[in-house]
Amino acid sequence: MHPAFSVIFLTTLIGAGQGLFLALYTAQSYAALELLPGQDARFYVYGSAIAFALLTAGLVASFFHLGHPERAWRSATRWRTSWLSREVIVLPAMMGAVFVYGLAHWLGWDLGIFGIKTSVPGDLTLVIGTGGVLFAFALFLCTGMIYACIKFLQEWASWLTVVNYTLFGAASGFLLATAYAAYMAPGLVKFYAAWTVIITTAVFVTRIASLIRNARLKPKSTIQTAIGVRHSRVEQKSQGFMGGSFNTREFFHGVRPLFFKSIKWAFLILVFPLPLFLLWAGLSLHAHGLEHSAYVFTAAFAVQYVGLLAERWFFFAQSNHPQNLYYQTIS
Amino acid sequence: MTQLALVIDLNVCVGCHACVTSCKEWNTSGSAGYLSDDRPYGEDPTGTFFNRVQTFEVGEFPNTETVHFPKSCLHCEDPPCVPVCPTGASYKRPEDGIVLVDYDLCIGCKYCSWACPYGVREIDEHKKVMTKCTLCVDRVYDMSLSEDRRKPACVLACPTSARLFGDVHDPESEVSIAIRESGGYALMPEWGTKPANHYLPRRKTRMKIHADELVRADNPLKKEGKQPKPKITDPSLDDVTSW
Repeated sequence: MHPAFSVIFLTTLIGAGQGLFLALYTAQSYAALELLPGQDARFYVYGSAIAFALLTAGLVASFFHLGHPERAWRSATRWRTSWLSREVIVLPAMMGAVFVYGLAHWLGWDLGIFGIKTSVPGDLTLVIGTGGVLFAFALFLCTGMIYACIKFLQEWASWLTVVNYTLFGAASGFLLATAYAAYMAPGLVKFYAAWTVIITTAVFVTRIASLIRNARLKPKSTIQTAIGVRHSRVEQKSQGFMGGSFNTREFFHGVRPLFFKSIKWAFLILVFPLPLFLLWAGLSLHAHGLEHSAYVFTAAFAVQYVGLLAERWFFFAQSNHPQNLYYQTIS
Repeated sequence: MTQLALVIDLNVCVGCHACVTSCKEWNTSGSAGYLSDDRPYGEDPTGTFFNRVQTFEVGEFPNTETVHFPKSCLHCEDPPCVPVCPTGASYKRPEDGIVLVDYDLCIGCKYCSWACPYGVREIDEHKKVMTKCTLCVDRVYDMSLSEDRRKPACVLACPTSARLFGDVHDPESEVSIAIRESGGYALMPEWGTKPANHYLPRRKTRMKIHADELVRADNPLKKEGKQPKPKITDPSLDDVTSW
């Protein structure tokens, strides 16, 4: 498939936004159980604002994918059958939940709904945050299933796609939360860093698993089933036109094999070892009480984000659409 | 239930592209607006077509065979492009099974083209909506045309009658009989899309001739020498004449 940058930015930006929100909520729920020091409202307000900004940026990026963005509202109608439609509904819902969550912290609505007595006053934001968490996971599911539900794109049609989308987003969000905490709440840096390591390691395992799976895939469609002639040697002599068409542009990545391969190694390095190394470097600086650690954590997030762009590019480029069987030779 | 569809006879198709040009002509002149055709005589021509004729070579020299393969929307009975559409612009008509795109609802997200294994949907670069074969829905119900003209433009254009049009759910229709009796098959059956359009395979007429059939061993005219002349009293073929 031809990687579309609007979709690459959409999925990586909302992934980081969802992950950051999950990180904020995790810290708050730990604080409610007195496992972590509680943070003042500012921490959640600014954090929610960043998550909201990322989600908005992703939404804006998605509009560049559309031929008729002014009709985008119509895409919420077919949620019964279409995962894309479901994503279109869940993304604004997630944004709304993050917005209300931040707003409740900002306005100090510490209403006790269940009356749980914790060091954090009130539990209204915890309840709102639960909704946000559900929406975050629902959104990961929708985003992943958009790709996983197309069964003849065999590279995508796997539960690993959904798992990878979820874990990549969470890893990116927790790494961002580490950097954010280095500025705003130094007490949470180690907590977020530990989760970042755990999630990044987990997604390393699942992404490698999907790479191995894809390398072993046998395409179900062949040129024989494509035109229905049973002969071991069938070769296209003409695709019917000399110029390009939508079919020759949309479904081929169009880069040299060396470039294609180098993107794989680029993302494997930029997403996993390099950010983890920077995370470790930042943690050592942080342990010595140096303020530079925040820059290092930010750099780690930036490096991993660039890596995630490459990962998403590779995710698209690697999938082989069966329609390509009909477009092997110009003439 | 009606399912209109095409049956394309690969045994007859000569790859002349008449169906491609007549399809383009009809569909670029219709009420839905023109079909993009950029730089048609330039260096890098591109455009939207609902129908393509491709050419494949089967076998290895000298035993090769050229197969011309017209490809358009197969109007699947279980179309994977329809449920993925987020707006409902892509739909299958219940009354005749034609898969269509509502150009006023389409947001141009291209998701349906990803969900079609046959690559028969093409986005129109100027209208910015997904377009595809309509099975000439604006012709086949047009009562101002005489009945024999109420067929898709590609079918009418085909000089060898390689394209048949009809209801594949009616067992007595021309297309159903062709599929049933001439080995009609569907493309990429592995995905369970149940294409309504069918293709008829190449058919060869072969004779099995044994070596001893090439020379007639008992041909009396080939006998050398004089034929034996039986006596007049010997039985002959008709008991009247003798050799």
